[in-house]
Amino acid sequence: MDVGTAPKKVKIATATLGGCFGCHMSLLDIDERLLELVQLVEFDRSPITDIKHCGPCDIGLIEGALCNAENVHVLREFRANCKFLVAVGACAINGGLPAQRNRFDVGDILQKVYSDTPDGRSRVPNDPELPLLLDKVYPIHDVVRIDYFIPGCPPSGDALWKFLNDLIGGRTPRLDYPQFHFD
Amino acid sequence: MTELANVFNLDGARIPFEPGQTILTAALAAGVYIPHLCAHPDFPPHGSCKLCTVTVNGRDGPACTINALPGQDVRSDSPELNEIRRVLLQMLFVEGNHFCPGCEKSGACKLQALAYDLEMLSPHFVQFFPNRKVDASHPDFLLDFNRCIMCELCVRASRDVDGKNVFALAGRSRDSHIIVNSPSGRLGDSTLSIDDKAAHVCPVGAILRKEVGFVTPIGERLYDHEPISQVDLAEEAK
Amino acid sequence: MASIASSLDPILAGYGHDPTALLQILRDAQEVFDWISPEVRAAIAGTLGVPTARIDSLTQFYAHLYDTPRGRYRILFSDNITDRMAGSVALMDHMLTRLKLERGKLSADGVVSVDFTSCTGMCDQGPALLVNNRPVTRLTPRRIDEICDLIRALTPLDEWPADFFMVQDHIRRADMLLGAAYRRGDATRAAVARGAQAMLDEMKRSNLRGRGGAGFTTAVKWETCRDAPGEERFIICNADEGEPGTFKDRVLLQSFSERVFEGMAIAALVTGARRGFLYLRGEYSYLRAPLEAKLAEMRRENLLGEKICGAEGFDFDIAIHLGAGAYVCGEETALIESLEGKPGKPRIRPPFPATHGYLGFPTVVNNVETLCKATEVALIGGASYAGQGTKQSTGTKILSVSGDCERPGLYEYPFGVSIAQVLEDCGAQNPGAVQVGGAAGNCLTPAEFGRRIAFEDQPTAGALMVFGSQRDMIEAARNFARFFAHESCGFCTPCRVGTSLVADMVDKIAAGRGALYETMDLQRLHDILRRSSHCGLGQTAMLALGDMMQKFRPAFERRLTSRDFEPGFDLDAALARARELAGRDDAAAHLGADI
Repeated sequence: MDVGTAPKKVKIATATLGGCFGCHMSLLDIDERLLELVQLVEFDRSPITDIKHCGPCDIGLIEGALCNAENVHVLREFRANCKFLVAVGACAINGGLPAQRNRFDVGDILQKVYSDTPDGRSRVPNDPELPLLLDKVYPIHDVVRIDYFIPGCPPSGDALWKFLNDLIGGRTPRLDYPQFHFD
Repeated sequence: MTELANVFNLDGARIPFEPGQTILTAALAAGVYIPHLCAHPDFPPHGSCKLCTVTVNGRDGPACTINALPGQDVRSDSPELNEIRRVLLQMLFVEGNHFCPGCEKSGACKLQALAYDLEMLSPHFVQFFPNRKVDASHPDFLLDFNRCIMCELCVRASRDVDGKNVFALAGRSRDSHIIVNSPSGRLGDSTLSIDDKAAHVCPVGAILRKEVGFVTPIGERLYDHEPISQVDLAEEAK
Repeated sequence: MASIASSLDPILAGYGHDPTALLQILRDAQEVFDWISPEVRAAIAGTLGVPTARIDSLTQFYAHLYDTPRGRYRILFSDNITDRMAGSVALMDHMLTRLKLERGKLSADGVVSVDFTSCTGMCDQGPALLVNNRPVTRLTPRRIDEICDLIRALTPLDEWPADFFMVQDHIRRADMLLGAAYRRGDATRAAVARGAQAMLDEMKRSNLRGRGGAGFTTAVKWETCRDAPGEERFIICNADEGEPGTFKDRVLLQSFSERVFEGMAIAALVTGARRGFLYLRGEYSYLRAPLEAKLAEMRRENLLGEKICGAEGFDFDIAIHLGAGAYVCGEETALIESLEGKPGKPRIRPPFPATHGYLGFPTVVNNVETLCKATEVALIGGASYAGQGTKQSTGTKILSVSGDCERPGLYEYPFGVSIAQVLEDCGAQNPGAVQVGGAAGNCLTPAEFGRRIAFEDQPTAGALMVFGSQRDMIEAARNFARFFAHESCGFCTPCRVGTSLVADMVDKIAAGRGALYETMDLQRLHDILRRSSHCGLGQTAMLALGDMMQKFRPAFERRLTSRDFEPGFDLDAALARARELAGRDDAAAHLGADI
């Protein structure tokens, strides 16, 4: 790389909605290539930086599905600030594991979960601090426009590396066959 | 006038065929893969999944039901036909509940493998999230309706090979579903047995053998390294 | 009620315990038991020796077969757009309120259920409903009140006022077929006098083409069937007139049925068939008894039966089969599947029915009107017949006209008549659009009213639904999209899933939540359904919608949000259940539109 004309770094934000952080772990799984990556990018809001809100970014990586109202707010903040919004992993793409609750009525679930009280009566918490659950778990492309998808549960470090390299390098991101999986 | 040779043109390649062969079977025999799901070498053409849609002399139709004829001009591996196939796959994904990470068939599932090969990155459409059941009543097999793609291979196998009619397709439109022929409607009360063709023909994870789940480690599964277009070609061209 | 066995035995015996009659058996059993209970199912399966799953596959496929109780009075409101324009939705709401019912739910006392059904073919005298398969037309709030009173009093249907069940013909313009003097038997005798080959030659000369919409040359079909190898041959009259907006066959079957039957006999003479079926849509089952009576008369007059009109070897008879609520059975191979006692799922074509049809035998499937036209050819000869209409579309065509016009009903014209002429004749004031060919047809705007009804210009099975310029075409689009999503047989992926996706997207647009994103998806799906669907249902399901979106683009675009993307579901409504359980209504308990 020509040091004299160091290009402006690409700004990336990441977030986990209803997910397990496994996709973020995969990002760390690119191992020593992380050093290469930080030459090219800087992180805005992300569990890695602990920045709470994202400003204008080039790329937003979203892990996890939409389970509650807060997930929707975070997703909207990303959509409003990111040039390219990327759905990362099975949960973001089709609801994944969290969506396995979709066969049940969310009210029945809440009552069941909060029925273990001393008097045996169900008490669903009403604290405004707690985000309310959506009736179903939704993939993120149901709520905002998504530019790219990286499938996998989680996508491998290689897949994320290949994707980011392509995107930052100005190529249409494309996964190689062994990187393309839904599990 | 000389008789036309039994050869048709597929994406520029000359494909020889035996009279009576379909475009799909002739192509596979000649070593050219055309994506397909409901077609199976042991069964007559069915033509419901439409994954094998090709353009024959300017008209679209499923390669699995159209007979090969001398001189046909067949297009298959084109961006626009693969786009149709990708959308059909997306339809199958949103119609059911396909949670690959939790499915024993993952890595050996034809639906998933085609989605890989055709680079279906997301289901795109709004998910139906249907409320479908799991039937674990049979001692040897698990029946998970969430993953059914209505290809009717189990229906055909049970009826035509096993002579049992264990399965049937009922309902219509998006309410289409497989039903089990038993007094209770449960698989455990049906006559399905471990040697039945119907028990082993499911291309997805809807009918699964119990007690052998996840025996094949990740990395050694059917479609882990090579795409279905190569793996199945080697298998079905035999 | 008598025991199940004692009620079922005569039904099963009446069909000779033939499993191919399963659909008919289930229909008749439902007439007795009101629904197909597990006990009835087990009894039928046991006696016929068929899997119970096969019975389930029928009861869950045909809309008018029930595997749950639906009451002694089963009310179904016709849900064509013409019924809606005439106020059917408000009338249904009125009935639901009066009966304290929820749509689709059985009343607590188990007496009555009320729901929608696809177009019942009474578009010229709607809004209409079916009560236990019997049509009640020209509904008004008052008539709804009367019906509610009769139901509450548990009055048997046979004691309801007879005028409730009156179905009128409404023949507004009669020509060659509807207007000609006709004496029963003349056509068959003329055909016999000509002889089978000469009759076929006349058919060829006539260039008569199928009136079901596809326009295949009838003589070619007959000749192919005649020449195909097979020990038996069959003639099927396709009276599954399910295309929304079409009702001409209803009138032909009600008032011209001997011509239909004679047409079938003539087809039998030409092809050598000895058996025929009239496949009557379930919505027209009120016509069954008069049609059976007509058949009996014709047998007595030797127009059916053995040695018809004294001709040695000319043996032919007709049985009536009833459908049970499945639009797809209008597709000829789905119809044949249904005739064989199976769900109506279209077969792979080729082979075509003319060589491999009913039970695999060579079979002619003709539309009701086509068969009537064959009697004309027998009577006047092919050359005279071909003198009417246009060169490629000979003879006359009956149009079913409904919607916003003063005189809905049947209009028979020589082929080549312009849409504008029809609109003038039916008294359409200020028409903004005409849907030609039913829900599966094209939507034409005033700029196209010069188009002519003919196979070479605007082909149609004969439905013209007129929309006044004040009408919201998105409502029509929604109605059609829902119709196809409901009627898709479920066999092939694009139609089974695609029609539902389309219906949901159109709903979203109609609700003001659609974005350009949806309109682009709809265009993509249009192409995919047309190219990859298994049969005409899926291939044409988006034809009208495509026309409407293109020709009424401003109406659609006005409904779109200005955003480039709108969520696929109502976000705030998705929080309602959790809000209710948490007892919250604070600002954070809601999700507004994105800013």
